[in-house]
Amino acid sequence: MKRLALLLIALALAACGPRPLTPQFIADGMPERLADWGMVAAKGGRLTLADGVQPYELNTPLFTDYAGKLRTVWMPKGQAAVWTPDVAFDFPVGTVITKTFFYPRAADGTVAPGDDLRLDQTGGGLDLAKVRLVETRVLVRRTGGWAAFPYVWNEAQTQARLKRTGAAIPMTLTRPGRVDRFVYQVPNVNQCAGCHATDHAARALQPIGPKSRHLDREVSLAGARFNQLDRLVMVGYLRGLPPAGARPRAADWRDEAAPLDARARAWLDINCGHCHSPKGPADTSGLYLDAASPAGASLGLCKPPVAAGQGTGGFVHDIEPGEPDESILVFRTGSTDPGAMMPELGRSLVHDEGMALLRRWIAAMPAGCR
Amino acid sequence: MGQGWRRALSGLMMAGALALAACGPGGGSAAKPNTTYQETLIQQLIDAKSGDVITIPAGVYAIDRGLSLDIDGVTIRGAGMDRTVLTFKGQTAGAEGLLVNASDFTIEDLAIEDARGDGLKVNEGENIVIRRVRAEWTGGPKTSNGAYGLYPVQVRNLLIEDSVAIGASDAGIYVGQSNNVVVRRNRAEFNVAGIEIENTQNADVYDNLATNNTGGILVFNMPNLKVSGFATRVFRNRVEGNNTGNFGRKGSAVASVPAGTGVIINANDQVEIFDNDIGGNNTANVIISSYFSTGYMNNEGVAPNFDPWPESIFVHDNRFAPGGAKPDGLDLQALRVAMFGVTGRLPDVLWDGYIDVKKFEGGKVDPALAICVDNGAAQTLNADGPHGNKSPALAGEALRCRLSPLPGISVAAAGPVPAERKVPAPVKP
Repeated sequence: MKRLALLLIALALAACGPRPLTPQFIADGMPERLADWGMVAAKGGRLTLADGVQPYELNTPLFTDYAGKLRTVWMPKGQAAVWTPDVAFDFPVGTVITKTFFYPRAADGTVAPGDDLRLDQTGGGLDLAKVRLVETRVLVRRTGGWAAFPYVWNEAQTQARLKRTGAAIPMTLTRPGRVDRFVYQVPNVNQCAGCHATDHAARALQPIGPKSRHLDREVSLAGARFNQLDRLVMVGYLRGLPPAGARPRAADWRDEAAPLDARARAWLDINCGHCHSPKGPADTSGLYLDAASPAGASLGLCKPPVAAGQGTGGFVHDIEPGEPDESILVFRTGSTDPGAMMPELGRSLVHDEGMALLRRWIAAMPAGCR
Repeated sequence: MGQGWRRALSGLMMAGALALAACGPGGGSAAKPNTTYQETLIQQLIDAKSGDVITIPAGVYAIDRGLSLDIDGVTIRGAGMDRTVLTFKGQTAGAEGLLVNASDFTIEDLAIEDARGDGLKVNEGENIVIRRVRAEWTGGPKTSNGAYGLYPVQVRNLLIEDSVAIGASDAGIYVGQSNNVVVRRNRAEFNVAGIEIENTQNADVYDNLATNNTGGILVFNMPNLKVSGFATRVFRNRVEGNNTGNFGRKGSAVASVPAGTGVIINANDQVEIFDNDIGGNNTANVIISSYFSTGYMNNEGVAPNFDPWPESIFVHDNRFAPGGAKPDGLDLQALRVAMFGVTGRLPDVLWDGYIDVKKFEGGKVDPALAICVDNGAAQTLNADGPHGNKSPALAGEALRCRLSPLPGISVAAAGPVPAERKVPAPVKP
């Protein structure tokens, strides 16, 4: 009886039609549903973006088990971020950043890699007949700083609910010639800080992607082609942008035309640099893999590990120049053992294509340590 | 009946104890683990506020993801290191059992078993207390075990006491890059390194038992870090029979430690080793060594400001029981036979012989930087490392000197060094 009553109420509500999606800055509390934010929502078989929610992509993204990612940013009317050369932009209170993790659906309930999809395929929303939504993470800039909320999508793909304790979701990834079962890990709220507290002493969360070097990129969206930073200025979300040429720019790790060193460094910067920097939690290792790290011992060349433990893989240097397969860096980024793998969080699979890039990069270095 | 008790009993008694544990309310790691509690615990760690005490009742809890805490002022308390057990045997994610990035943190009376990576890591924070915590890999010493049992790094004001670390494939208790540290009354067994103090300033290590490790107590400095270590006192410890074959993964710093090492200093400065009972360590009861002897020295990958020499080292008034009977490695074995005969022993103290001649004054070592070894009749062997071990020789009176004692450490949670010495007894005699 009770269930019937609930059903009737639900039907009655549904009959009112879908509510318009209106972005909200929620200044405190822990909103239970992703839809409360009004940024992105599942409507009529699509994941749609509210008006004013700007999708973007990065020159080189973090690898997350081949998931596709739809990133958005929104700010309250009249607010804008201030451009900064190397750290995340100085975003105003009220900024809401979302990142939706999804996979294209493949045969027999498995999923396919989505990490190669570009903004022109994702930025207009996602067709839920073709993709499986896994989670949407929300980073919101409140008066007291950034706060992080992970939302996990339901089986029916109709809504995502807050899951502060994280989740472990078994999945099967189908690629040409291979099938991998793996457990997709949704981080818990404390683990968000594992990557986003980029200054480990201050312990404040920071966005990682929205930096000038990652966003400075020509993209296509809805038939138009534009530079993402110019677009942010145009929609009023960014001020103080210097002209192109006076801005750092990370390489696209997939861009065969870009220098090998720039591609590998971009991959290391986005996958490792948030911890492995002079202020990050992995400063304990003396290994700095962020964009600013000079080539040399601090980048791992000929450097003995400090506290790698069994994570050395039996090798003596973080990077053995000329010898990728004798480099701890390659061993750990290629491992799926939680006690050895790097990054420590955020993946259960190996990024084969990223590994191939690192191997080429190290193999091209003059061999030997003097 | 707790796990520690079971170990202490004979085989016959043990079967009975296991049966009791399976029925008793408290559990012990033989009981079937509770798999639903982890969600509660994660929620508590997320929602914790300063001043909270998270109490974990007696029981065995299966945890399959790394736990983390980043709120200051939190205490995590179990019902005893043999009664509250977090077992990470099925861990699929996370490089630690518990990762803490917080100050004013206390953890006590629980066990962390079989973490895939480190057991407990506290990365940056002040006023950290680790008390009566057991970090153990239950399958015995294995290279595939996690690296560190109890692993505070970059912390200030640290007390680790009455804790137990067993089976770490690197160091059981590893204090890295920290300042103002007391490590006391702990038991470290069957680790590669029992207790390791690394790049740490101002540490007191006393009343500990280190036995059956590859190396008992290590005081190391590693290159390429923001801080280098100095001012460590190691005293009133029992460091016995650390002869477990080195099962550290090649490339790790501890993989260079010979099996059968009691106390080893590597590249650290201002280290005072005194009033310890050290014996039965088959390579040497004490090793004083430079970074050159690790095999990891190279000019490109080691920061030029790194000081690879051990300086201002004072090893005095220790009580040595015989060691050096079966040193690790063919070179040391050959040396033992050549110098001391087939049934002879290496002397109690082994020094690799490296010394920074650039710091000499008037052709001699600056007395303030000297290596002073003075333990009654105990001998020191200079292995002559700088010349490829061509002319090893007993140091005779050359190293017999004394340095000013180091001052004690003041950690509020620890108070002064108690007059009474209380070293934990070995569980497996």
